[in-house]
Amino acid sequence: MRLNELSLDDLRQRLRAGLQLVTGPFTFRIVSSLPGIAQGLSKLYGEFPLSDEPFADFHVRIDALGGPRHFYHPQAQFWVDEYTPFKPLPRDQAFAMLEWGMNWCVASHAHYYLMLHAAVLERDGHALIMPGDPGAGKSTLTAALMLDGWRLLSDEIALIDRNDGLLYGLARPVSLKNASIDIVRGHDPQAILGSTARDTHKGSVAHLKPTTNSVLRVNEPAQPTWIVFPRWKSGAEARLTPHSRSAAFLHLASHAFNYSLLGQLGFQRAAALMDRCSCWDFEYGRLEEATALFRELAP
Amino acid sequence: MKPRCHPLLSVLANPTVMAELDQAGWDKLIRQAGRAGLLSRLALLAGDQGLIEKLEGPIQHHLVAAKTLAERQRRAVAWEARKLDQALAKLNIPVVLLKGAAYALADLPAGRGRLFADVDILVPKSSLGKVESALLMHGWHGTQHSAYDERYYRQWMHELPPLTHIRRQTHLDVHHNLLPETARLKTMPELVLEASEPLEGYQALRVPCLEDMVLHSATHLFHEGEWGHGLRDLVDLDQLLRHGMSRPNWWDDVLGRAEALNLTGPLALALRYARRLLDTPVPNDILSRSAIDLNPLAWPWRDALFIGGLLTAHPSCRLAYSGLAEFMLYIRSHALRMPIHLLLPHLLHKAWTDMRGEKGET
Repeated sequence: MRLNELSLDDLRQRLRAGLQLVTGPFTFRIVSSLPGIAQGLSKLYGEFPLSDEPFADFHVRIDALGGPRHFYHPQAQFWVDEYTPFKPLPRDQAFAMLEWGMNWCVASHAHYYLMLHAAVLERDGHALIMPGDPGAGKSTLTAALMLDGWRLLSDEIALIDRNDGLLYGLARPVSLKNASIDIVRGHDPQAILGSTARDTHKGSVAHLKPTTNSVLRVNEPAQPTWIVFPRWKSGAEARLTPHSRSAAFLHLASHAFNYSLLGQLGFQRAAALMDRCSCWDFEYGRLEEATALFRELAP
Repeated sequence: MKPRCHPLLSVLANPTVMAELDQAGWDKLIRQAGRAGLLSRLALLAGDQGLIEKLEGPIQHHLVAAKTLAERQRRAVAWEARKLDQALAKLNIPVVLLKGAAYALADLPAGRGRLFADVDILVPKSSLGKVESALLMHGWHGTQHSAYDERYYRQWMHELPPLTHIRRQTHLDVHHNLLPETARLKTMPELVLEASEPLEGYQALRVPCLEDMVLHSATHLFHEGEWGHGLRDLVDLDQLLRHGMSRPNWWDDVLGRAEALNLTGPLALALRYARRLLDTPVPNDILSRSAIDLNPLAWPWRDALFIGGLLTAHPSCRLAYSGLAEFMLYIRSHALRMPIHLLLPHLLHKAWTDMRGEKGET
C-alpha cells in the first residue's frame, strides 16, 4: 500500500496510532497528531510505500508540547522512543523538524553503512556524489538535476553498503533553504514544494517532492562513478575542472557521519569508492547550463 | 513471577532466547537494549551463536551496526589507555582503571560490547596533585566549572571535577576513593589499590582484583544516582559474578572482601537484584549471609524501590511507579552522599542555579 491511497482523514487517523513509512532500507513508525505533519506527508510522500510489518527501524513521534506556552508560543517536540535529541521548536516548523529528526535517526544509528555527508543522484546505474559545504548550492543543484530526470537517492546522506560498496538511497524530499526555494520554483513550475518553515536555525526551509521515478526505484543501488564538488557563483559559466583525488578523499572522510567509527572498514570502503570515481570541481551560475552539462557527463 | 521488560530481561538472563524471537520481539528488544546501552553487547552474543546472518535484513543491519560500535569502543578505550599510561608512567604510582575500561582491557566477559562515555581511574589520594599536573601537561583539563562546583568536588567528593582531553574531547574521571568523602559509609581505597593487578602491556595501568570490581560496581550502582544506566550496571555485576564462579571459594571470597572493605550493604543488594532480574546463580546461603546486616522487614520496600529504578531504560520496561522510584532513589543517593547539614544547602544552591539557568555540573 502506498501513502497516497489514504485520504487525508485516514492518514491523520493512521498517524495518531502510528504510520509505518518505508524510505529505502529504513522503516519509520511515525506518530503525530499535528495537522502540519499529515499535510506535509500527504503532499511530499504520496508514492512512498507503507508497511504493516511488526518491525520498524525507528519509532518516532512529533507532537505539540503542552504547558502555558501552548497559548502564546506553541511548540513541537520530536521523540525517538522517549528520547528527545533536539530542543523543542515553534510548531509551524514541525514538518521540517520531522525531516531533521529522520535524518538524525539514520545518521546516528545506521552504521551498517558508511555514511557520507553528500547528495547522491543516479543515471543509467551510475551514481553522482555531491559533497558540498553549506551555501555551495548543493541542494539547489540536486533539486534541478532530479527535476531534469536524474534519479534522487538522497540529498544529505550517501549510504555505502559495507559489503558491495554500492550506493543505496532513501529518495526522501530535498531540503531547500532560503533563496534556493524560489530559484527551484522559478526553474521548474512543475516542482512540488511543501510549505515553507520560516526563521528556523537554517533560515527558511521548504522540502521538494521527490520524483516518482526516484521513489519507485529506491531499492535499486547505484555504482559510484562521479564525485563532484559544486560551487554556485553569480554569473559564472558552467564548467567542470579536475579535483585532486587525495583532497577529495580527505574531504569525504572528514565530512562523513561515521568514517572513523567504522575504523579500517571505513578506510577500505572510502578508498574503494575513490578508485571507482572521477573527481571534479563544478562551478555554475545558471541551473539550465548546469543540467545541460550534466546530461553530457560520461562515466 | 518475572517483572516486565520482556524480552530484554529474558535475553540477558539467557542469550539463546534470541534465536526464538519473532519480528515483533526484535522490534522491542532492539529498542529496549538500545536505550539501556546493551545493544552492542547483545549483538556480540548473537554473533557468538551464529545468529546474525540468519536474521532478516533490517534486524541484521541493526545488530551489525551495534557490533561495529562495540569494536570502535574497544579501539578507542585501548588508545585512551595507552595515552593515559604514557602520561602517568613516570609518576611511579598505581593507576587503577575502574568499571567499563577495566573490564574491556582485562578482556573480561563483562567488557564485551560494554559502551561507556568516559574512562575512570583510581589513584592514591596523596598523589592527586602530581596526577592532575601530569594529566594537564598531556592535554586533560577541567571544563568550565564554577567555583562552587570546584569546591564541591575537591572538598566533598571522591573524584576530581571531570577532565576532558583538549584534542580528543574524551572524558576522564580521576577518583581517589570509591565513595564520597562525606558519605556515611566509609571504605578503604588503599586496600583496593594494594590488591590491584598489573595490566599486561602497560606500565602504570592496573585493574582491581575481580572481587573489588564486583564491590565497586555494586557500590557505584546502589550509591550513586545514575539509574538510567542501572540495568547495564546490573549486567556488569551479573557477568563479573558469573566469571568468578570458575574460581574455588569465589562466593566466600567476595563476601569476605566485602567485609574487609566495609561494603557488605551494596553487595547484598547487588546479589539479590542480579539473581532476581538476571538469574545470576547466587547460592541461597550466600544470599542470606550477605544480607545479615539488613533489616529483613524492609525487603518489600527495597524491592519496589530498586526494581522500579532498575527498569527505567525504556518506556516498555517501566513499572507504574518507576518514576516515583527514580525520584526516591535520587533523594536516597544524595542522602547517602552527604549528611543533611551539607546536603540541604547544596540542593538549595543547585535549585537556585538551575532556576537562574546557570549550568551546574554537580
